Amino acid sequence: MQHTISVLVENEFGVLSRVAGLFSGRGFNIDSVSVAPTNEEGMSRMTIVTRGDEQILEQINKQLNKLIDVIKVIDFTDGSGIEREMALIKVTAEDENRAEVLRIVDIFRAKIIDVTPKSYTIEATGNPVKVEAILDLLRPLGLKELVRTGAVTIGRGAKGWKG
Amino acid sequence: MKMNGARIMLECLKKEGVDTIFGYPGGTVINIYDELFGFKEIRHILPRHEQAGTHAADGYARATGRVGVCLATSGPGATNTVTGIATAYMDSIPMVIITGQVPTPLIGNDAFQEVDIIGITRPCTKHSFLVRDVKDLALIMKKAFYIARSGRPGPVLVDLPKDVQIAQTEFVYPETVEIRSYKPNLEGHPRQVEKAVAMMLDSHRPVMYVGGGAVLGNAADELTALARKLTIPVTTTLMGLGSFPENDPNSLGMLGMHGAYCANMAMTNSDLIIAIGARFDDRVTGKLGTFAPHAKIIHVDVDPTSIKKNVRVDLPIVGDVKDVLTKMIKQADKLKDKVAEFKTGLASWHGDIAGWKEKHPIGYKNSSTIIKPQFVIQKLRELSDADAIIATDVGQHQMWTAQFFQFNKPRTLLTSGGLGTMGYGLPAAMGAQAAFPGRQVITICGDGGVQMNIQEIATLVQNKLPVKIVILNNNFLGMVRQWQELFFDKRYSSTCMELPIDFVKLADAYGAKGFSTSKPGDVEKMIKQGFKEKGPVIMEFKIAREEKVLPMVPAGAALNEMVLNA
Ligand SMILES: Cc1ncc(C[n+]2csc(CCOP(=O)(O)OP(=O)(O)O)c2C)c(N)n1
Ligand SMILES: [Mg+2]
Repeated sequence: MQHTISVLVENEFGVLSRVAGLFSGRGFNIDSVSVAPTNEEGMSRMTIVTRGDEQILEQINKQLNKLIDVIKVIDFTDGSGIEREMALIKVTAEDENRAEVLRIVDIFRAKIIDVTPKSYTIEATGNPVKVEAILDLLRPLGLKELVRTGAVTIGRGAKGWKG
Repeated sequence: MKMNGARIMLECLKKEGVDTIFGYPGGTVINIYDELFGFKEIRHILPRHEQAGTHAADGYARATGRVGVCLATSGPGATNTVTGIATAYMDSIPMVIITGQVPTPLIGNDAFQEVDIIGITRPCTKHSFLVRDVKDLALIMKKAFYIARSGRPGPVLVDLPKDVQIAQTEFVYPETVEIRSYKPNLEGHPRQVEKAVAMMLDSHRPVMYVGGGAVLGNAADELTALARKLTIPVTTTLMGLGSFPENDPNSLGMLGMHGAYCANMAMTNSDLIIAIGARFDDRVTGKLGTFAPHAKIIHVDVDPTSIKKNVRVDLPIVGDVKDVLTKMIKQADKLKDKVAEFKTGLASWHGDIAGWKEKHPIGYKNSSTIIKPQFVIQKLRELSDADAIIATDVGQHQMWTAQFFQFNKPRTLLTSGGLGTMGYGLPAAMGAQAAFPGRQVITICGDGGVQMNIQEIATLVQNKLPVKIVILNNNFLGMVRQWQELFFDKRYSSTCMELPIDFVKLADAYGAKGFSTSKPGDVEKMIKQGFKEKGPVIMEFKIAREEKVLPMVPAGAALNEMVLNA
């Protein structure tokens, strides 16, 4: 089962390797990870997409909490979070394909951010399922390059985690 | 007052009450050594290998309960500490390791004797710090000690670049420390404690299963009081030995792979296991699928990750074991009638246990012609002081010590349980002796492991640390040989130490005393003679070479499938 976890960490030397090392050392999977500073000074937030059964997820949670630099672990597994991801996609676009690419971009409310006679570069955002869907449609047309941010997640409702 | 970083480091140690450190000089710590020159408040002991210095700090910590401190230079000095750090990490021993590092502008340049020691030790430290500014040093030291000793203790490494040791700043040691991301939960939840006591009083075949956490958490008295109050049988892990007196009638001794038959049978037949500061290691549970099939499990531990890691748990209690046990005693005191009824109800359980104890007690067949290792251990118990500290190495002799020495007090057994590090015993004993110059400190070693840190006899002699080194010499890497005998058709591949060592001459070369015997009739005399010596002594016993540690639960078998006499 796939799970999304947010980890608030002290912006300390080596914190990323501590978190990554925990996953590799204990044989936990990481499907994606994204990190950036929060609004609170000295605090960063990681969003980690991982997988495993309930027992493994409980261990991941506890082990993350045990790291000295981890301030808070938020588990979004029960659908309590809103998830978004961005993909930058360079796709072959020649002749009749050019119109097809534009149609797909339009349907997904994506954006063209770079154009050449032979290609379009697209910016697509949405939940990861939507990003997968646009990729499925573009792939047959010829994907030249793909960059994904990995998911970021925020909780639903009025309550916010500081930072 | 303004001081340089090297001096600040020492002042911090002083503020933390550190009286002894184990260190080895080198280019990137030479400034610290310069400050140590004439620094009266801290005793510096120079081991002959940084691994030994780390084990010595570990032995010091286990024997005293305080934070052990060691110091090494960058590069090879730092890498030599890794085994000692991993040993301490696996057994949750509070330690601070200080390593020199190349100057900050050179970090990452593959400078001479540069190694990323923080990276190397990341998986085997509780935490680590690279000090990049001398202004941060005092706070980092304060945090390092706090993290090492609080919650589930563990080793913390401080990497101190040479330029930071030279840089000057005002020294102010923080009075308190607060780390927003680190708040160990020490207080057991009162409702959970009530539930736990209710579960205990409802049970008919309870066992307390106690690990190193009870020793580390200084909870031996509370544990003993609760177990005696409720007359619940107690079994301990290797690390838990000494937390409950083994001479108590309710002691089952050690459980697990080489545990007592009664202990493993009690676990298998129990209807309630109360796990206290133990982590259900595979050497303890045997095959997980058949572990304690009838039991509910209460698990008390200060580290939430230990709970439900290997086995299902019916009632988790996160908290300091001393706090939780104290609350349990109070709760039981409120339920006097229920307790009385419960105790009466235990009669048949106590009967079962007595039956198992009688059927297969821990034992061995003595001989009048060849020295049996178990006999030596029994004689050592008989002839040593009641508060003697025993440090073991790793192998058969370690298990015989655990089975036959009988530990009645906490912090009297120092042994590498989690990592099983050969070479641990002698330097750990050295650390304990440095902490307690007046107490009897004995290390029980195999002929293999003792040679992994044998150079420390020099340190013992130089520093007048009168450790008694007992070598049970079977001229084999005995524990591995035993596995080869039982599971590999006696194909003794590379386990025979073909070259006999003259340990008496070796002691002599270092300026220590050496004794040796192969005669059972001389064992007692030689131990007495060795104990009488004022300085460090080697006592070598040439033992029955192919003696096995029994009983044994083969790896992967169920606890009740013990090999009793193969
Ligand atoms: C550093 C290290 N290397 C290898 C081992 C594997 N090992 C475990 S016990 C043992 C044999 C120890 O032999 P000895 O010290 O003579 O003790 P004995 O078992 O004979 O009592 C070995 C090689 C280990 N535990 N530690
Ligand atoms: Mg041996």
